[in-house]
Amino acid sequence: MTLTRSIQHRNPKPEVQSRKPSGATAMRLIVPLQGVVQGRGGLIFGSLIPCALFYFLQLYLKRHRSPNSQSSPSSPSTSSSNLAEMTRTSSRSNLLSRGSIGPVRISSRASSIAKPNDSPYYVGLDKASEDPYDRIGNPDGVIQLGLSENRLCFDLIEKWMLENLRDSIMGREGGDLSISGIATYQPFDGTMELKLAMAGFMSRVMGGAVSFEPLQMVLTAGATPAIETLCFCLADHGNAFLVPTPYYPGFDRDVKWRTGVELIPVHCRSTDNFMLTISALDQAFNQTRKRGTKIRGILLSNPANPVGNLLSREMLYDLLDFAREKNIHIISDEIFAGSMYGKEEFVSMAEVLDSEDSDKSRVHIVYGLSKDLSLPGFRVGMIYSFNENVLAAARKLTRFSSISAPTQRLLVSMLSDTRFIEEYIETNKKRIQNMHDLFVAGLQELGINCADSSAGLYCWADMSKLTPTYSEKGELELWDMLLNVAKINVTPGSACHCIEPGWFRCCFTALAPEDIPVVMGRIREVAEICTQSS
Amino acid sequence: MFSLLCTGVCNLLIANLLLVEFLHMGTHDLHPHVVDHRQELKHILLFGFCYEDVVYSLPLFSHSSILYPVLVHTQQLPYRKGLTNSARKIDMAIENEQPAVGLSKVAVSETHGEDSPYFAGWKAYDENPYDESSNQSGVIQMGLAENQVSFDLLEKYLEEHSEASSWGIGAPGFRENALFQDYHGLKSFRQAMANFMEQIRGGRAKFDPDRIVLTAGATAANELLTFILADPGDALLVPTPYYPGLDRDLRWRTGVKIVPIHCDSSNNFQVTPEALEAAYECAESMNLKVRGVLITNPSNPLGATIQRSVLEEILDFVTRKNIHLVSDEIYSGSTFSSSEFISIAEILEAHDYKNSERVHIVYSLSKDLGLPGFRVGTIYSYNDKVVTTARRMSSFTLISSQTQHLLACMLSNKEFTENYIKTNRESLRKRYEMIIKGLKNAGIECLKGNAGLFCWMNLSPLLEESTREGELALWKVILNEVRLNISPGSSCHCSEPGWFRVCFANMSEQTLEVALERIHKLMEQRKSKET
Repeated sequence: MTLTRSIQHRNPKPEVQSRKPSGATAMRLIVPLQGVVQGRGGLIFGSLIPCALFYFLQLYLKRHRSPNSQSSPSSPSTSSSNLAEMTRTSSRSNLLSRGSIGPVRISSRASSIAKPNDSPYYVGLDKASEDPYDRIGNPDGVIQLGLSENRLCFDLIEKWMLENLRDSIMGREGGDLSISGIATYQPFDGTMELKLAMAGFMSRVMGGAVSFEPLQMVLTAGATPAIETLCFCLADHGNAFLVPTPYYPGFDRDVKWRTGVELIPVHCRSTDNFMLTISALDQAFNQTRKRGTKIRGILLSNPANPVGNLLSREMLYDLLDFAREKNIHIISDEIFAGSMYGKEEFVSMAEVLDSEDSDKSRVHIVYGLSKDLSLPGFRVGMIYSFNENVLAAARKLTRFSSISAPTQRLLVSMLSDTRFIEEYIETNKKRIQNMHDLFVAGLQELGINCADSSAGLYCWADMSKLTPTYSEKGELELWDMLLNVAKINVTPGSACHCIEPGWFRCCFTALAPEDIPVVMGRIREVAEICTQSS
Repeated sequence: MFSLLCTGVCNLLIANLLLVEFLHMGTHDLHPHVVDHRQELKHILLFGFCYEDVVYSLPLFSHSSILYPVLVHTQQLPYRKGLTNSARKIDMAIENEQPAVGLSKVAVSETHGEDSPYFAGWKAYDENPYDESSNQSGVIQMGLAENQVSFDLLEKYLEEHSEASSWGIGAPGFRENALFQDYHGLKSFRQAMANFMEQIRGGRAKFDPDRIVLTAGATAANELLTFILADPGDALLVPTPYYPGLDRDLRWRTGVKIVPIHCDSSNNFQVTPEALEAAYECAESMNLKVRGVLITNPSNPLGATIQRSVLEEILDFVTRKNIHLVSDEIYSGSTFSSSEFISIAEILEAHDYKNSERVHIVYSLSKDLGLPGFRVGTIYSYNDKVVTTARRMSSFTLISSQTQHLLACMLSNKEFTENYIKTNRESLRKRYEMIIKGLKNAGIECLKGNAGLFCWMNLSPLLEESTREGELALWKVILNEVRLNISPGSSCHCSEPGWFRVCFANMSEQTLEVALERIHKLMEQRKSKET
């Protein structure tokens, strides 16, 4: 007779639920109070009495709460090796004298961030930056394969900079482009000159198959704020995006942190070479929907980070159909579009839209120069959208993350130098291909296979044979050994929310070809230990 | 315990109200039966409780003696976002039209404030900008706080020091720089910033480079701090009149509210303990949790510094209430005389950094160095947790390493910075005196200022009626007939009508002369009308 249906349940994940202990269950207990409702005074008494009861309960909860549980949900930590890290960071911080009253509170969204980064992704990065490998200077240091950096073509950029740098910031011979052209307020969403240059670069990178309209661009200080800004525009607190796994570990931070948006993993498997399927999407969509969470879109990276595979043209059409059917958005992160090495052809979401005169307003593309031009320090990212309202809102939001004007001016002259850009793109592709082949061959010799890939700065390696147990715990144990024994920082698949244990992301573009034997030697060491012990 | 009960009842009432609204919103997540009989639902019984800042309520809908319990998570209901009615309508419209795909409340909200007169004036200027030679009848932009009086110094520096804009003679510098994406920022730049901030304060306060968090502009710094200090629905107290952009920067994405601390001309708009207390009580009566006070010192739009005694009072207040204090000091180097500006950092130093963990300073190079295009802002916090969090969050708003390098070179040059700070102060004072004198000749009084790129002008004798509408009517005349874009006090939430902010550093002296002439003419006309 009584139907119980809970709507808008937030975060059904176990770690969050445990945070509100008896609350939700206690509430259901008092549901059948029909008699009170039927009476006239029900509204007042019926509200006040249970209310009072619950506040006593709440008071009880508050009193009996352990002091550290006040700072919101614990992130899914698994690694134990960083306990030492935690105490060290907090002991560093006794610089100030405390006030007489308790310390002043910071917001609950901030206190979850204030805690030390304990995801293996960040722990590994820290460790590698403390003791970085150098072929001559520090041959015993940690080799960084966890950070997506492309160091293969620095010589080209360096040469260009030496030849052109001063002129391009200050303008040639102090003409019209004096300091006042860059010192004063510029459009927050990027100058038209840079947008034009970016449009040219992007269509060159994507093989000339698409042309990009500068008026549909919003430039931001890196792809990170581009993704966050889009999420702020597309979803409200508590809404969700579907994300195919394995995905870039940074999404957890970029998307969820300040927007309060959830990410729902759509699991892809090694048997399909981690290709996304519509049925998996549909399943995740329905399950989330059932829980009462509103899904606002799909967040994809194409070429995929970390796997490095591409979405086919047919798949893109299917995705568009799916999004249309469910009336949701698509964010396509195409930041690796220019870092291609395979024979396969990259198809941009923009290209598919070009050929189809469908409703484009649900598609938003993210791009940046950090990977394809290997200039992460310059912080140049972009939102390319077909939705006027999103563009208008994003343009206003860029005041919180715009690119500095001297950098914009420098990039305009660099990107407009077509001869340089042509040479750069070609050489870059060749060098990535070369490194990829060497690295994958090296791993194969050790009996480690990689997923088929044709783009990006990584290979996605299956080391499940080396893990002590076939589980996430086993994977992290191997990761720990690689980091602490072999001194190699790779990204474990669990940090990318991969559903199968034993996969690792290795970035090979921060290395020189000479370093590859060193890396392989170190992995061999660990492999031998693992096979001996098992 | 009593207060707990009270807030409980309040929450419950709010939730009850929301529920009624909720039913009218046509939400598709309700049980279909409930939706079908929405109009007939008579009895609504609500159980609610509050846990960890979230109100959970359990309404029971009764219809033909069947109960439909529904768990409502009020965090998702509109009051959390402080939506205006119109915005909600938009949201509903988006929900209902099938083909158009929905956007977030942030995207459709009006909190960006770009429709206020403050920004509307800019549009008028953009359409018809004044130019000394080509468009002498255009609108003169006096609404933009930009410092162009010291460009010659910057240009000279860059001409003489090519190592700043290139990467030095050796190549390796570039390699590190292009890849540098560490959110700590370049060590050399943070050191240079700390030194520059000390220099501006005449060495009376010390800054630790490890506490400097870099952001892309002070706008981002203010927003970031708000994200860290307050949760959606909490409040910050801000003395009026305040910079119109704060409505956007502090509220838009964070969901935080601003409660004004009303100041008036009787004491030159200085903050008093009574006004602080009144604002706090006002916030409490609205059931808002106050998380801090934000001051701008020197004040934008007043163009005046805050006195030591007032700063002491504010610090005392925030300590008593156990809340934060954000001191936005982006105009500190634009004080006409170094001794007239007292930073909150000096007060803390005098107190031996007691209670300093609640204090956060915002600074930027946009005003003092006249480089808003470079987008460089910083948060200096005495609270370790805030520093760590802000640094992580700054990933969303990093400064290009190339710009960091350029500025590190520039600011490390003591000779340049000393000369720059001194000359800049003098030029600004000269400008200020010029405009004050010109306005006085026209018969207009200004608040006595000692800092900033603007003056706070009193046109209340000219108002036909002493209201906000009267002020805006006069502002329209000045914009459309006199063709000056100035910012009306009401856009700064000033409680007295008739005050205007007039910027004077974003133009040449000749243009300023033209502007003063135009004002003079207006005053003459008004006088002749009266007689």
